[in-house]
Amino acid sequence: MPTLFEKILDRHVVTAREDGNVLLYIDRQLIHEVTSPQAFEGLRLAGRSVRRPGAMLAVPDHNVPTTPDRAERIDDRESRDQIEELRKNALGAGVALFDITDPRQGIVHIIGPESGLVLPGITIVCGDSHTGTLGAFGTIAFGVGTSEVEHVLATQTLWQKRPRRMRVTVNGTLRPPVTPKDVILAVIAKIGASGGTGHAIEFAGETVREMSMEGRMTVCNMTIEAGARFGLIAPDETTFAYLSGRPLAPPPSLWDDAVADWRTLPSDADATWDREVALDASNLEPHVTWGTSPQDALPVGGIVPDPEAQPDPSERARMRRALEYMGLVPGTRLTAIPVDKVFIGSCTNARIEDLRAAAGVARGRKVHPDVTALVVPGSGLVKRQAEEEGLDRVFVEAGFQWRLPGCSMCLGMNPDKLKPGERCASTSNRNFEGRQGPGGRTHLMSPAMAAAAAVAGRIADVREVAR
Amino acid sequence: MIGKFLSLNAVGVPLDRGNVDTDAIIPARYLKTLKRTGLGVGLFFAWRYDAGGGERPDFPLNRPEYRGGQVLVTGENFGCGSSREHAVWALMDFGFRAVVAPSFSDIFHNNCLKNGMLPVTLPAAEVRSMIDALQAAPGGKVAVDLPAQSITGPDGDVHRFAIDPFAKTCLLEGLDEIALTLKSSQEIHAYERRRKKATPWLFLDLPG
Repeated sequence: MPTLFEKILDRHVVTAREDGNVLLYIDRQLIHEVTSPQAFEGLRLAGRSVRRPGAMLAVPDHNVPTTPDRAERIDDRESRDQIEELRKNALGAGVALFDITDPRQGIVHIIGPESGLVLPGITIVCGDSHTGTLGAFGTIAFGVGTSEVEHVLATQTLWQKRPRRMRVTVNGTLRPPVTPKDVILAVIAKIGASGGTGHAIEFAGETVREMSMEGRMTVCNMTIEAGARFGLIAPDETTFAYLSGRPLAPPPSLWDDAVADWRTLPSDADATWDREVALDASNLEPHVTWGTSPQDALPVGGIVPDPEAQPDPSERARMRRALEYMGLVPGTRLTAIPVDKVFIGSCTNARIEDLRAAAGVARGRKVHPDVTALVVPGSGLVKRQAEEEGLDRVFVEAGFQWRLPGCSMCLGMNPDKLKPGERCASTSNRNFEGRQGPGGRTHLMSPAMAAAAAVAGRIADVREVAR
Repeated sequence: MIGKFLSLNAVGVPLDRGNVDTDAIIPARYLKTLKRTGLGVGLFFAWRYDAGGGERPDFPLNRPEYRGGQVLVTGENFGCGSSREHAVWALMDFGFRAVVAPSFSDIFHNNCLKNGMLPVTLPAAEVRSMIDALQAAPGGKVAVDLPAQSITGPDGDVHRFAIDPFAKTCLLEGLDEIALTLKSSQEIHAYERRRKKATPWLFLDLPG
């Protein structure tokens, strides 16, 4: 009867209130430098301490420059202070820290799975809305605000209301170079930026089953862009194979018990859902966004839509504003839009398979002379593996910049950002106004599509560029 | 510590846009602070100021009639995107105490309640008429009565709103939620003992 989400929730209830809210035990918390200083300060002011430091992992990622000299100097004083504050807080509380020079440092949502601390059936939070990424392992993983970060530091719990249950079923085999990024952009376009509000979304269906763990993480990563705090996928052999042998995964003595437990987690066949959505992915095209909301995604062969054809007045006004901000005219072919920058990176698309896909397009080609293109691996471990495979050389020879791991140009908090009016083909997750820097314009797409845009100097259909 | 909220009668500020994300509410470059205070300077920065740093006179927060407003009335899915609690801190630092919208993002809604800010969800048509009234007669007041769970628009229309009873109590009394939870410390310990036996692999702690 219960869903995957309900099974995990039920086994984490510490106590319940009469109003139905439950005190949920939180197995793990990931911490980064931007949303944690005030939480640690709150603890200090109240004379409290971190209840279970061994359940936490801290890493600087949002502020860190991605240039080679970053260990010696970070020019921005506030960024430096925030990274130093994280260091102080982690060391003071006995919390593990992957510091800026640690080979395991990287984007918080990427290093958690790499280290094996994200296991099926757990609850895990982080002061970051893209924590839903970790739901790919069959977990309750969600983003929280700083007050809740503090609450977890102090109590290892959070009060939660049971969300509504939504299942998104995707069937059909993806036709390369169509990727999980295109699947999630199509889902968001279908249900809208607030379609998942108040819900936990389980992704199911053969397309999802066939995805690697990295692809599943890309899908769950952007669940928040459809309004849902939780996105999750049932654990299976793919999940277990990914976890086996990771540093913090169950050791051999506990492995079989753990896997046996994880096999009980998937939603029961007769589970009930408050809402069901289906998507046929067999004819899915590579997707690109044209506007300032992730729901503004279209197949790359499309044209910039006309707000005047939109019957709903508030949606019409929103589209007009979006086009004005983006500097676009209705009717323009998406593949006729030139780009100034290309960003391949972020917690959405900076894992090794993403870099392989982009390198596959970049190999033997050149970045367009009018384009500046960055490749930013999601972690030190991704970077090392890419270099072992020679991907860094492929990128550099094609004219891409090969950087150090961090959030980079996803969010405009470190030196990697757009200048006003600049247009970027980006593998990140948000095309909000100013997201990549004040006045910057973002088009979201997959790594292969971003690499194609870098080569073409405009938004391009990767199937034509890589022909 | 959760700030208290009882009631207020203050100028309503219409922000007639849907899907206002937290990057728009407070851009990332203001997130480098170690404090919760002083964030009002960055509130809606890109919409309040032009590229040269001058105020955009047509943006509601810059219009004299709306200055000092404490109730923001806006479109659906307010506060979507990033989990940054700085969005709530910035709104409060600027002077807002309540936001009225047809819907909120889940994380932003939570963050409001942790800070004594009241998120009021009303049907879209009622929000529409409130925005229209505030635009037609700028400077109109909106009265919020949390104990009665009602809000009175500038035209005198009274709207009832729903709120989670526990959240309401926390807002009215300004309760420290961590202190409340710590009263359940024994249950948390008991849970951990139980789970350590059932799933020992979840208690392999990270070396600090």
